[in-house]
Amino acid sequence: MTQPEPDSLWPLIEPLLTEAHDPVQYLGGELNSRSKDWSQDQSETIRWVLAFPDAYSVAVPNQGLQMLYEIINERPDALAERAYAPWPDMEQAMRRAGVEWFTVDSHRPASRFDIIGLSLSTELGYTNLLTCLDLSGLALHAKDRRQSDPLVIVGGHCAFNPEPLADFIDGAVLGDGEEVVGAITDSTRQWKEQGKPGGRAGLLERLARADLVYVPAFYTVGYDEQSKQIAQVFPNNPAAAPRPTKKTVLDLDEWQYPKAPLVPFAETVHERASVEIFRGCLRGCRFCQAGMITRPVRERSAPVIERMAQKAIAATGFDEVGLLSLSSADHSQIAKLAKTMADHYEGSQTGLSLPSTRVDAFNLELAQELHRGGRRSGLTFAPEGGSERMRRVINKQVTEEDLIKTVATAFGQGWRSVKLYFMCGLPTEETADVTQIAALAGRVIATGRATAGHKDISCTVSIGPFVPKPHTPFQWAAQCPPAVVDERLAALRQAVAALGKPGRAITIRAAPGRPAMLEGLLARGDRRVGTVIEAAWRAGARFDGWREYLDMDLWEETAAIVLAERGLSLDWYTTRPRDYDEVLPWDHLDAGLDRDWLWDDWVAATAAEGVEDCRWSSCYDCGVCTRLGTEIQLAVGL
Amino acid sequence: MSGRRPAPSTPPPPPAVQKLALRYAKRGTLRFASHRVLQRAFERAVRRADLPIAYSAGFTPHPRLSYLGAAPTGAASEAEYLLLRLSEVLPPALVQARLNAVMPPGLPILQAVTWDDAVFGDLAKQLTASLWQVELDQVDGAGVAASAAAFWALEEFQAIQVRPGPTGAAESSRGGARSKPPRQIEVRGNVLALDLAKTSGRPCPDPGKPCAILEMVLRHATPVVRPDDVIAALAATGLEIGLPPRATRLAQGVYAVETGLVQPFSRIAALAPKP
Repeated sequence: MTQPEPDSLWPLIEPLLTEAHDPVQYLGGELNSRSKDWSQDQSETIRWVLAFPDAYSVAVPNQGLQMLYEIINERPDALAERAYAPWPDMEQAMRRAGVEWFTVDSHRPASRFDIIGLSLSTELGYTNLLTCLDLSGLALHAKDRRQSDPLVIVGGHCAFNPEPLADFIDGAVLGDGEEVVGAITDSTRQWKEQGKPGGRAGLLERLARADLVYVPAFYTVGYDEQSKQIAQVFPNNPAAAPRPTKKTVLDLDEWQYPKAPLVPFAETVHERASVEIFRGCLRGCRFCQAGMITRPVRERSAPVIERMAQKAIAATGFDEVGLLSLSSADHSQIAKLAKTMADHYEGSQTGLSLPSTRVDAFNLELAQELHRGGRRSGLTFAPEGGSERMRRVINKQVTEEDLIKTVATAFGQGWRSVKLYFMCGLPTEETADVTQIAALAGRVIATGRATAGHKDISCTVSIGPFVPKPHTPFQWAAQCPPAVVDERLAALRQAVAALGKPGRAITIRAAPGRPAMLEGLLARGDRRVGTVIEAAWRAGARFDGWREYLDMDLWEETAAIVLAERGLSLDWYTTRPRDYDEVLPWDHLDAGLDRDWLWDDWVAATAAEGVEDCRWSSCYDCGVCTRLGTEIQLAVGL
Repeated sequence: MSGRRPAPSTPPPPPAVQKLALRYAKRGTLRFASHRVLQRAFERAVRRADLPIAYSAGFTPHPRLSYLGAAPTGAASEAEYLLLRLSEVLPPALVQARLNAVMPPGLPILQAVTWDDAVFGDLAKQLTASLWQVELDQVDGAGVAASAAAFWALEEFQAIQVRPGPTGAAESSRGGARSKPPRQIEVRGNVLALDLAKTSGRPCPDPGKPCAILEMVLRHATPVVRPDDVIAALAATGLEIGLPPRATRLAQGVYAVETGLVQPFSRIAALAPKP
């Protein structure tokens, strides 16, 4: 029954690397990487490819994949190898030489494994996913795959609306992966040991019946001819759960991964030992998909965090510890934790960082602690909305006074620059909400100069277009047309210029509105969008998250042609507001959130009403804890 | 928020008290490691080995490692040199062992010596030529010999050196360098020896497809002449090459016809002060 060990593709890959850009990304062998024997002691070995369909430099630091890589490889009956998207030059070379998509660990063909698990953190990796499957020699469409082909399963945040990928994937896993990869491995091993009853479909039924994996093929989607909207979604297989549910790991202290993070030879976007200090976020920012789908908050205890950081530094030689989460300063023990860790690393060459923090005086104290005796170059804050009203709409609870007060203290203590993050094109937004950013930035500069007593103060304003995401209160919102986004950005630049001399200390970094339409299409698309993805990919779309590669003309033309056949359009998917009654493509997937609560929150947003963080105030019935049997896990007293 | 210590306000790092010279190899898949990749690997290894490395003073202190003439990306090597400064004196053998315990398997430290400039001179000046071995697969051994002889008889050979940069995408990512324009270099004058005898020294991996090994001594010129440039010159004289050649630097040192290539560490025993 055991598949014979495939030959390493290395002898075929090696000659391609002489001409390849950044060849080191295809070598594997990084510190803390693993390359297990093809067959383990057990009667059946379950072999996973863990893939991130983007460039190596972005893919390797992904924490989720590193955790699963260790968890699976620790099992005596399983192995996991990593694979990434080859750059277009390498893809071409591989096609010319007939080299399949390979794992970097042992350079084995991905097509010979049992399961290909792909982590999708951005919709803009969908075309790369097709490249990887196609290079593997797999049929692009799941229904056309052979019995011996691996299962193609996606996870990560995009798995919460995998519908645009329904044609291409065999399954999707919603939520935390730590426990579910073990359960999938067990099920797959039993199925193999029993002689693969029912073939591939039999395995998928098994995984669906246990509600481990959402299998799109087990659901039929019907459309209304008039409105073009989804009429109904129903299971067509008895194994399929009415609503597949997201997985939640409650005790993060039981899952101390990654223990030994990968140390890539090549440069990557994050070069640090990252420790996830909690998962979930209860701030309730209405635009934030991550905050909605990862509830409730589950904190790691401070001693475990300290131990994980020390082990990771010892195992890697990194010179920075990153304390990760969606809003790191919200950990209930953060002040103590920061002090203990700053004490521990004082005088060493190891620095601490706290990405993703909100604006307030407390965080400034925290920043001082982390940079004890260190350089104070820049602070980053994310007010997200330009005006007080906008911030109430998105439920980002920070006032201009808070921000100015914090900034004043910061400049008084030696910080010299501030970076502010905003979004443009938010629901109910008017041009005045955006131009108000100029006034805010102007006040930052004026306050900074007054407090610091010198003019060496700068402010960078970074603005991204807003894209409504599934499972958020804004899932019903109309995406702002790119021309309007660009108009408002132009007005903002004028407003900054109108500040005169102080305006020169303000730098505006804004992404144009148009590429956000692609993200919007893929994020809230249904199964019919799959045809657009495939057509764009066939026409050459690759690495759509990279502005050097993104071809918006190609996407717009493809979408126009393909969608017109069905009476649909890019605008229909993006700039069209949805009603309460419309069946959304992801409504049959349970992220734990009560749909009525989301709707009420959407209505509250349009009235600019806020909600509090339920960790500190009372429960507002988002549904996650009651529906999924989970609750908030704080590190207090741990 | 991110920060690194120490900063200017903190006391200067302890001074370097010992300079070590290391010879290391670049083997297997890691022949594709660029100079930048090697630097990162060494900086990490020094930290993981917990060596008392000396740091530069200034705003962002750097560990004091200096690399001498790295082999090009894609070339393997048995003779790369590195200088490392410590803030405590340690036996070179101990430093070598501690580094080897944490270096990737393809980058072993082969030799470590305490290097005193006053006694041994400037190490960089003792690395003026390299002995290269170039493996050519799927070529005709006799054809290689003939091409090599024809090339050797030339007075000069101008080659165009293409210098591929990173992809457009990599340019905008962290630290990506821009592509450089092709340049013209003179090859022949920098080839000090070309050993034809070695062209049949090794069994070919695939007996059906003949192969050859060439050994050559190249002078370290500016711009640097690479083994690939010599192979390109042979190709220009009519040699057909199947797969990309695989080059390995076997040794570096000072070359003279009479002495051959004299490697720097070979002189240490003679020069070192007697106890």
